Amino acid sequence: MPNLDTLYTSTLGGFQAAHDGFVQVALAVSAFLFVIGAVGVFIRRNVITVMMCIELMLNAVNLAFIAFSRAHGTIDGQILVFFVFTVAAAEAAVGLAIVIALQRNREDLDVDSFNLLKG
Amino acid sequence: MFAPERIVIWAPWMVVFMPLFGFIVLAFLGGLAKKQGKQSGMMAIATGCVFISFVLALLTVRSLLGLPAGANGLHFAQPALPLNFIDVAGFAVPMSLLIDPLSATLMLVITGIGFLIHLYSIGYMSHDEEPVRYFSYLNLFTFFMLVLVTGGSLPLMFIGWEGVGLCSYLLIGFWFKKQSAADAGKKAFIVNRIGDAGLIIGMALAASSMGTLNLMEITTGVATMRREEFGVFGPLTLIAIALFIGACGKSAQIPLHVWLPDAMEGPTPVSALIHAATMVTAGVYMVARLGALYQLSETAMWIVAAVGGVTAFVAATIAIVQNDIKKVLAYSTVSQLGYMFLACGMGAFSVGVFHLVTHAFFKALMFLGSGSVIHGLSGEQDMRQMGGLRTRMPWTFWTFTMGWLAIIGTPFFSGFFSKDEILIAAFDRNSFLFGLALLTAGLTAFYMSRLYFMTFTGEYRGNLEKPHGAHRSHDAPAGQGDAHGDHKTDDHGHRGPGHSGIHESPAVMLIPLFILAIGSVFAGYIHIPQFVEPAIRVREALSHPAWMPFLATGVAFLGLLVAYLMYAGAWRELPGKIAARNPGLKDLLDAKWGFDDAYDSFVRNGVNGVVDTSERVLWKKVDAGWIDGAVNGLGRFAVELSLGGKILQNGLVRGSALSILAGAVALLTAILWAHR
Repeated sequence: MPNLDTLYTSTLGGFQAAHDGFVQVALAVSAFLFVIGAVGVFIRRNVITVMMCIELMLNAVNLAFIAFSRAHGTIDGQILVFFVFTVAAAEAAVGLAIVIALQRNREDLDVDSFNLLKG
Repeated sequence: MFAPERIVIWAPWMVVFMPLFGFIVLAFLGGLAKKQGKQSGMMAIATGCVFISFVLALLTVRSLLGLPAGANGLHFAQPALPLNFIDVAGFAVPMSLLIDPLSATLMLVITGIGFLIHLYSIGYMSHDEEPVRYFSYLNLFTFFMLVLVTGGSLPLMFIGWEGVGLCSYLLIGFWFKKQSAADAGKKAFIVNRIGDAGLIIGMALAASSMGTLNLMEITTGVATMRREEFGVFGPLTLIAIALFIGACGKSAQIPLHVWLPDAMEGPTPVSALIHAATMVTAGVYMVARLGALYQLSETAMWIVAAVGGVTAFVAATIAIVQNDIKKVLAYSTVSQLGYMFLACGMGAFSVGVFHLVTHAFFKALMFLGSGSVIHGLSGEQDMRQMGGLRTRMPWTFWTFTMGWLAIIGTPFFSGFFSKDEILIAAFDRNSFLFGLALLTAGLTAFYMSRLYFMTFTGEYRGNLEKPHGAHRSHDAPAGQGDAHGDHKTDDHGHRGPGHSGIHESPAVMLIPLFILAIGSVFAGYIHIPQFVEPAIRVREALSHPAWMPFLATGVAFLGLLVAYLMYAGAWRELPGKIAARNPGLKDLLDAKWGFDDAYDSFVRNGVNGVVDTSERVLWKKVDAGWIDGAVNGLGRFAVELSLGGKILQNGLVRGSALSILAGAVALLTAILWAHR
C-alpha cells in the first residue's frame, strides 16, 4: 500500500496532516470503490449498470471529501458532498428518463449500440 | 445656459445633430409622406433642420468670440461627451469636437450654403419622383460634413470623411436606373477608397509616433519637433504624405481627380453642395488643420504645392475643350482646388482656406446657375445647344455674371482677393509654380468666359421651342421622364400654347442665387486669413508687391478678351482652326491628358482584360491565384486536419469515457509529478 499519508502531505503541503487511522482507511476504501466503479463503467455494457457504476464513483469521491474534511477539521468537504448528492440525483433522474426512452424506442440497452454521435 | 462658455458646449452638438435629426425623420416618415402626397412637408423639414443648424452655428461663433482668448489670441472650445471613442492601454481618443475659428468658418459655410442649396433643391427636384430620398441623403451629408470639420480628433474626422464619401456615392448615383450615373457613383467611391487607405495609414503613423490623435494636441505638440529637410523621410514627412494621399482622393487632385468630372451625373444642386462647395474641400481643410505639422516637412510641402499647381493647370486646360456646362464647372473646381493646395504647399494655409470660402460662394452660385439653365432648358447640358439666354433667363444671367466675375478675378470681387494672395504666396517661394499659377489664372478666365459667352450671349442655337408641358425631367434619365411628362400642376405658372420651352426658374431657386451672388461679391472683404490664422498656428509673412493685382487682373482680362473674340466676337473661326492645325494638342485635351485611358489599361485590362488571359494579372494571378489561394488553402488545411481528428471520435460511449479517464489520470499525474 502506498504511503497515503506522505502523498496527502506533499500534495496539500502546509496543512497539518492528521495522523488519524480513520483518514487513511477511509481514503483506501474511497480509492477502492472508485476503481470498482471505473472498471465497471468500462467492462459493463448495460446502461443501467454503467449508471450504477457512476454512482459508485461519485460516492467514492464523497467519502474522500468526508475524510479530508475530518483531517482538516473544516466542514468545506461536507458541504461539497451535498452538492455532489444533488448533482447525482439530477443525473440519475435525467439518466433514468433516457434509459426508459431508449428502452421504449430501441428495446436495447447496450451502450455500444448507441454510437450515432461521431465525426 | 446662455453664457458664452456654456453655449459653446451644447450649441456645436446641436449644429451637428440637427441635420441627422432631419435625416432620421425623413428616413422613417418618407414612405408615409409619399403615400399621402405630403412630400413638400418633408422637404420643408429637411431644409428647416439645416436652417436651425445655421442659426445655431452663428450663435456658436458669436459665443466663441466672446470667450477669453487663449495662447496666440486663439479662441477655442472642445466640447466633449463623457465617453471615449477609443480607450486602449493608455491611448484614448475622446468623443470631442474642436471649435475654433477654422472649424467655425467651415461650419458657417456648410450650414449657410447648405441651407441655400436645400432651398434651391425644393424647386429643382419638384418634378422628381423621390424628393424625400434625395433630401434625406442631403441631410445625412450635411451631418457627416459637420462631423468632419468639427471633429476634435482624426478618427472623428475620419468618420465624417467616410460618411460624406458614402453620401456622395448615394447622390451621384441618385438616378441609379441610368447606367452612367450608377457607374459614376461607383467610380467616385472606389477612387476615394485609394485615398482613404492613405488617410488610415497616416492616422496609424500619427498614433504610433506622436501617441495622440487629438487635433489640438497634434498641432501644439509638433511645435517642439524638429523640422525635416527636403529629402528627409522622417515620421512627420511620412504622416504628412500619407494624409495628403487621402486629401488627393477627396479633393480630386491628380492622379485621383478622375472621379469628380464623372460625379456630374448627380443632380446639379448636389454638384454645387458636395462637389464644389463642401466635400471636395475637405482635403484642403485637413491640410490646413494640420498646417503646423505640414510646414515642418519640406518634402511634404513640396509635394502638396507641386500636385496642387500641376492639377490647377492640367484641369484648366481640360476645361477649355469641354462642351457640357457642368463638366466645365467640374474641371474648374478641380483646378481651383489645385489652387488651394498650391497655397497650402507654399505655407499660406490660411490663404488656402480663404480661397476655399470664396470659391464655395462663387462656384456654388455658378453650379446652381447652370442648374437653373438646365432646368429652364428641360435637361439640356450641351453649351452648343444654348446661347442667347441673357434675355430669356435674366435673373439667372445676372447672378451668374457675379459668379463669373468673381472666379476670373475681377477687381473688388471675392475671387480677386483670394487668388491674388495665392499668387503672392507662390511668387514668394517658387517662380515656376508662380508662372504655372499665373497661366492657370489666364486659362480660368478664358474657359469661364467661353462658358459664359456660349451660354448667355449670341443667338439661341437649340431646338427647344416646344411647349413647356412636354418637357422631360431635367437631367433625369429618359426612362423616368414619363412620370413627369404629364404632370398636371405646372408650378412655373407660365405654360401656354406656343410659349417657348425656355423659362426662368421659380423664385425658390432664384433666391439662393441672389444670396450667393451677394456672397460672391463681398466674401472677399471678410478677413478670413487673419481670422483663421491663430487656429492653424502657422504665421505667414507675405510680401505685398504692389504690381501683383495689376498683373493678375491683366492676365484675367486677357483671357476674357480672347474668349470674347473667339466665342462672341470676330475670331469665331479660330477655335476650329487651332484644333485642325494641332491634332496632337486636341487629342491630348479631348482625352483629358489620358488619365482615364491609363487607368483603363492599367487597372481594368489588368483586372478583366478582353484581349487575352495573360493580361488579367490582377484578377488571375494576384486575386484568384495568391489571395484566394491563401484563403482557400487555409480552409483545405483545416479540412485535412479534421479528417485525421475525426477517427478519434467513433461515437462509442465507453471510448469517450476512457479518454476522459485517461485525461484525468494524465492531469493528476502531471500535478503530482510537479509537486513531487
